[in-house]
Amino acid sequence: MSPSPALRISRVSKHFETGKGRVTAVDDVSLDIMQGEFISIIGPSGCGKSTLMNMVGGLLTEYDGDILLDGKKVSGCQPEIGMVFQEESTFPWRTALENVAFPLEAAGLTRDKRIARARDLLDLVGLSGFENHYPAELSGGMRQRIAIARTLAFEPRILLMDEPFAALDEQTRLLLGDKVVQIQNKLRQTTLLITHNISEAVQLSDRVLIMTFRPGRIKRVIEIDLPRPRSSEMMGSEAFGRYVAEIWQDLREEASKGLHDAEAAARQG
Amino acid sequence: MPVWLIRPPPLLSRLLVFAVLLGVWEAASAAGMVSRFIAPPPSEIFPAIGLLYVDNELTARFLRTFGEVFAAAGIGSGLGMAIGWWLHHNRTAGAAYTDWIAASAAAPLVLLFPLFLVLFGRNAATIVAMGAVSVMPPVILKTKEGLDHVRSVLIDVGRTFSLTRWQQVRMILFPAALPTIFTGLRLGLVFALINVVGVEFLIGFGGMGLMIAELGDRFEIAGMYAAILFVVLCSATFFYLTEKLETWLLSAR
Ligand SMILES: Nc1ncnc2c1ncn2[C@@H]1O[C@H](COP(=O)(O)OP(=O)(O)O)[C@@H](O)[C@H]1O
Ligand SMILES: [Mg+2]
Repeated sequence: MSPSPALRISRVSKHFETGKGRVTAVDDVSLDIMQGEFISIIGPSGCGKSTLMNMVGGLLTEYDGDILLDGKKVSGCQPEIGMVFQEESTFPWRTALENVAFPLEAAGLTRDKRIARARDLLDLVGLSGFENHYPAELSGGMRQRIAIARTLAFEPRILLMDEPFAALDEQTRLLLGDKVVQIQNKLRQTTLLITHNISEAVQLSDRVLIMTFRPGRIKRVIEIDLPRPRSSEMMGSEAFGRYVAEIWQDLREEASKGLHDAEAAARQG
Repeated sequence: MPVWLIRPPPLLSRLLVFAVLLGVWEAASAAGMVSRFIAPPPSEIFPAIGLLYVDNELTARFLRTFGEVFAAAGIGSGLGMAIGWWLHHNRTAGAAYTDWIAASAAAPLVLLFPLFLVLFGRNAATIVAMGAVSVMPPVILKTKEGLDHVRSVLIDVGRTFSLTRWQQVRMILFPAALPTIFTGLRLGLVFALINVVGVEFLIGFGGMGLMIAELGDRFEIAGMYAAILFVVLCSATFFYLTEKLETWLLSAR
């Protein structure tokens, strides 16, 4: 018997009514995600990646099609699904430790328990020693790791990450990629990662989905058959390079459509 | 010239300006350019503060006025934050009333004192009520502004952690808006002081405002200036302390 998926996205579409008419952000997307699988979604900006993630996470509830968690329809936020946002999302009035302990505090855990758990998670993301620092005293990469630890603290079965490293410089991004690999080896977390970085997608994923530019459809799914554990060092390997080239070929077309659109809009506007 | 004279530190330069002004005033008075009757020289005003302490029960009046100020600030802040929350929460109400409240923040509300006199009588209630009313506009406006500008991603974080409505307010909205709300509270406190002293003066009841009126009536001009100076020093100290409190409370965020 074939195992049933942890998360099933079935014929999901989303339209926005705007002043300039109807925009189709996501068009007929279907995807099955197995427990423990790591999937990346890659596509040019404006192709509907965030919209898709917000629907899966339960932040957007009006759409066509079905999103099922263990066969039950997702109709709002739920503890089984955790999200990490693209934007800076740490709480500036809480220390690193208090940020990570936040969901545990909301869930009513005792102080000792939540502090102990938050310490473990800060250690996991490589931030022990920074417990009592406020976000303003830390770098962008460290803040994003706090946000990841905070989401992991809630022990979601499915982790959604929307371009978590987009605002970071390349070196930090590579090192954080390694960190995510380590965490994934340890927790075997079912993960949906949105990115526009090809090597990041190849390094981290079991499967990479390429989305088309507006309307956002799934153009292709590529299985990444590289041995694990992986690290940023394997980026020099030939197999890695082949995957990157393959994805770029597909993505290039979509990206240039996006560029074209942006230029046309700039000329008009 | 020593360095501290060429580029003096802020506190020193502030005191320097103050000292120069006092010097000019003293000189003008000595030269007979300013009547001692309209504006006695500083050399008479400063000693008069000591006399106020002895003859006019400065401490009792001070405590009385500040009791009224804190009562007014407490009531006005509580009501103001509640109304600010409501204007944030209810878009229609926010759109309808925010401009009116902004206008009232700029209006001399103290002129409404006869109305309060009729409502509450010539007693502390009138003073506190008048003070509380003047505290409310800045607190309402800053509370609404702070809540309106909480970044939506922070609210989304709360939603993904399945926060209850009340947790969303207590753990995210309020702390995120606090720096802005605090600005409103500080302004409100200063408005409370101004209005409490003003109404005391106008209705002849209470602490330091009444004292200023009485000294004026008795033509103790140096004493009157001393009392005014004392109030000004109090409010400046007050403002300074709340600023320190704010930096301390909101440090590192
Ligand atoms: N709330 C909204 N209202 C109207 N249009 C929206 C809204 N959110 C997203 N869109 C549009 O949907 C498309 C996809 O947006 P988004 O999902 O943010 O793309 P991505 O994350 O891939 O960059 C864009 O064209 C965007 O303008
Ligand atoms: Mg996006």
